[in-house]
Amino acid sequence: MPTAAFSPSSDFVTACYIVAFSLFIFGVRQGTHPRTARRGNLIAAAGMAVAIAVTLSLDVIGNGVLILIGILIGTLVGAIASRRVQMTQMPQMVALYNGVGGGAAALISWAEFRHQLSLGGDIPLDVLIPILFSMVVGSVSFWGSNVAFAKLQELISGRPIRFPGQHLINGILLAAILAGCVVLSADHASSPSQGLFVGVLVGAAALGVLFVLPIGGADMPVVISLLNAFTGLSAAAAGFALDNVALIVAGTLVGSSGTILTIAMSRAMNRSIGNLLFAGFGAVATGAAAGEERPVRAIGAQDAAIKLAYADSVVFVPGYGMAVAQAQHAVKELADELSRHGVRVAYAIHPVAGRMPGHMNVLLAEADVPYEQLKEMDEINPEMPQTDVAVVIGANDVTNPAAKNDPNSPISGMPIIEVNEAHEVIVIKRSLSPGFAGIDNDLFYEPNTSMLFSDAKQAAADIAAEVEGL
Amino acid sequence: MDLITEITIFVLAAFVGFEVISKVPTTLHTPLMSQTNAIHGIIMLGGLIVIGTADGTLDKLIGTIAIAFGTINIVGGFMVTDRMLGMFTRKPKPKGQAEDDGS
Repeated sequence: MPTAAFSPSSDFVTACYIVAFSLFIFGVRQGTHPRTARRGNLIAAAGMAVAIAVTLSLDVIGNGVLILIGILIGTLVGAIASRRVQMTQMPQMVALYNGVGGGAAALISWAEFRHQLSLGGDIPLDVLIPILFSMVVGSVSFWGSNVAFAKLQELISGRPIRFPGQHLINGILLAAILAGCVVLSADHASSPSQGLFVGVLVGAAALGVLFVLPIGGADMPVVISLLNAFTGLSAAAAGFALDNVALIVAGTLVGSSGTILTIAMSRAMNRSIGNLLFAGFGAVATGAAAGEERPVRAIGAQDAAIKLAYADSVVFVPGYGMAVAQAQHAVKELADELSRHGVRVAYAIHPVAGRMPGHMNVLLAEADVPYEQLKEMDEINPEMPQTDVAVVIGANDVTNPAAKNDPNSPISGMPIIEVNEAHEVIVIKRSLSPGFAGIDNDLFYEPNTSMLFSDAKQAAADIAAEVEGL
Repeated sequence: MDLITEITIFVLAAFVGFEVISKVPTTLHTPLMSQTNAIHGIIMLGGLIVIGTADGTLDKLIGTIAIAFGTINIVGGFMVTDRMLGMFTRKPKPKGQAEDDGS
């Protein structure tokens, strides 16, 4: 049967690819525990080195200078970016990596398409269809990821960008892309049109931009995970087109990872993926109960320090606001100070705290918080009723009891950190302004809640100083 | 390799992927993502293969960019993952000598 022109056919090469992807899987497997994860990462990197080395030894390799230039540029950019990036910027960085990965897949599909045309124009369907898939999905990921990057980096507004007829336009675009692919496939034996191929490529680019634009900043964890899954699948498809088993397995591994994370994120927000992509928070909720004034209890740093220092157990509930205020180090100092007073300290991490899956854990790890103190939502919620004080720092919607109690709330059913079950709650926040969902937080008005109106970093430092003086 | 063999590999890889990755705790999901970004850099092999027969300027340009993109994924992905995981395993020893993170 016809195969891609330069499939690495020798058993030796294939054996090396099998070694490479086994190392990938083994490396990821080591990532199940913080102690072994770093070694696992090195193992996966070794697998990559094997795969590249054996590919470079193939006869089909040519244009060595260009390869060298590409590798040099890539190494330079990758190395500098990975050294410079701050942990708060990880979502942007991953968005960019998703983007270049998808872009590479789309470009390679295009190059392979041109190569197949140059061979005479009869492209077997089992090569052409993966090429088309990889090209479309890669192009969508590249442009979608770039828009996600621009939103996260605040180059453009993080708010949902909408215009009338958006869904209709996206629908027509998708239909046109599919139709283009069908026409190309139908022509597969008689030199399918390269003009149409490029047209579909551009259409997929437009779809990528349009599908991320209306998605708000708070939904970014889902979008990044989904684009991650897309790039993985585009690599797997490129593997089908090029008859390369290493690409198929590695791409599928990445695709599974992105899919699992996407499902985990949408579950943590209690929204279906379709709802996230086609609805969006900003449009739904404009706080119904916003008008009425309800009394809150405001306290100062000194009162907060007394409550905390004489507690047995304290749980910190950090949100992205804490990261924005760069308060994680100050919070860690406060936690250390409390530990010296014999207080048991833990951190409750909501799955969507931060801007990507697991983001908050990395931010706290950067501040040297031991990972044993980081508790997942399902782990900490049963302990909440025995917790003396819960301190909410820069988190909002993920602590809103309305998600459990008010069936009419836009966030109804979303799993929350049940801080309202703790004996006392201290909320550190600049004002009573609502969170991303645009709704009032009932927690602020609970009788056992005290509000400390301040900047997160300043407040943590002030309380720590007061605790030290006690 | 024939198509059906490739599909077999794909399906089995998907099951293995789901099994292995669902065991990664949420604490490590960000490093997992950057690590899978790096593994995705395997796409660079495709670039190496297609540039081999590239004659025209356009083909050479496409191939070179694809290789550069793939390398960014590999180098950047593995390095940033290593940096992050180092934070999880770092012993609470001297401060200040933490790596230069440009902040």
